[in-house]
Amino acid sequence: MLNPWMFVGLFLIVGLLIPVAAIVLSALLAPRKPNPIKLSTYECGMETVGDSWVQFKAQYYVFALVFLIFDVETVFLFPWALALNALPFFAVVEGIVFILILIAGLSFAWRKGMLEWV
Amino acid sequence: MGAQILFFLCAALILISAIMVVTVRNLIHAALWLIATLFGAALLYASLDASFIAVVQVVVYIGAIAIMFIFAVMLTRRELLIKTDQTNANWPLALGLSAVMLVALGYVIGGFGVTLNTTPAAIPAGVDPLTLLGKALLAPEAYVLPFEVASVLLLAAMVGAVYVAMNKK
Amino acid sequence: MIPLSWYLFLSAALFCIGLYGVLARKNAIAILLGVELMLNAVNINLVAFWRYLDPTQMGGQVFAIIVFAVAAAEVAVGLSLVISIYRTRGTVVADELDMMKW
Repeated sequence: MLNPWMFVGLFLIVGLLIPVAAIVLSALLAPRKPNPIKLSTYECGMETVGDSWVQFKAQYYVFALVFLIFDVETVFLFPWALALNALPFFAVVEGIVFILILIAGLSFAWRKGMLEWV
Repeated sequence: MGAQILFFLCAALILISAIMVVTVRNLIHAALWLIATLFGAALLYASLDASFIAVVQVVVYIGAIAIMFIFAVMLTRRELLIKTDQTNANWPLALGLSAVMLVALGYVIGGFGVTLNTTPAAIPAGVDPLTLLGKALLAPEAYVLPFEVASVLLLAAMVGAVYVAMNKK
Repeated sequence: MIPLSWYLFLSAALFCIGLYGVLARKNAIAILLGVELMLNAVNINLVAFWRYLDPTQMGGQVFAIIVFAVAAAEVAVGLSLVISIYRTRGTVVADELDMMKW
């Protein structure tokens, strides 16, 4: 019953094992000769100034927002595309109407200049 | 037996990480625990043969919604998060109310008793639930109205959210 | 096998944890996190009922997908409001947002 999911589980296990193996191996094999310069945060480059928790630009958020909406749109369109051969013409038109409604939102964001990086 | 062990592992993952979501102080950690909860739910959907819902759970919930939360936490300042208590003055009341709710729901579900199925219904051979889902979503006698209304909802959400987020003061 | 009621108990517990988060948390973002937990409890119920009653009737999965859309819309608008309020008032603590109180 769960057979197709075996591969997903296998990927998960391998995906977890590889970084763990890399970290463990380097901890086992690497020689340890610490000195103050090696232990500093950046061996070359400048020390950070102030808190490392800086405030993000709100622009990132708008892009994430548009991505989120179109991500959800895919969820509706995937079953539609899969059943396309078995659907009457009317249903195909419905799917296109669905896409057009969301394109209206995208064009709104575009017209407002929110997709331009400032 | 294996299915039951899987169910209990998923349930433990979901409930423990959900409790962490509502109790942990640092909101970034709360958002990461939310991802663990969502992943447990995705495992549960996979074990229920709802593979599409499981994938959507990972792609939309973990891939987009949880990331939006992390964005929002990072857009607000950190001092607000660690300076004070994370719970308001009414938290004992909230805890009591949730406990009462849990007992009431448990009582209702327990009262269903034998009327609930104990085994999953059989999926007829040659039936692909995903194709059925596509047909059901688009069929006029089924769910085409919710389908179109969902697109209008998403449109309204996108326009409103973009407008509010970019409103410069 | 797993009886349907186990799923219902699990989702009831998840719903109540989310309810506690919504009621007790101070930070507006944390309140939205609680709402997400409650929506997930609903989805577990919908998918479990779909699987145990009649897998050829897709109502459960359709409404699970609608819940995804509603959750996405709620997060998009909710977090935008939080960010907008943070920008004008400098706080995300729900108790301090009492402009409409009289």
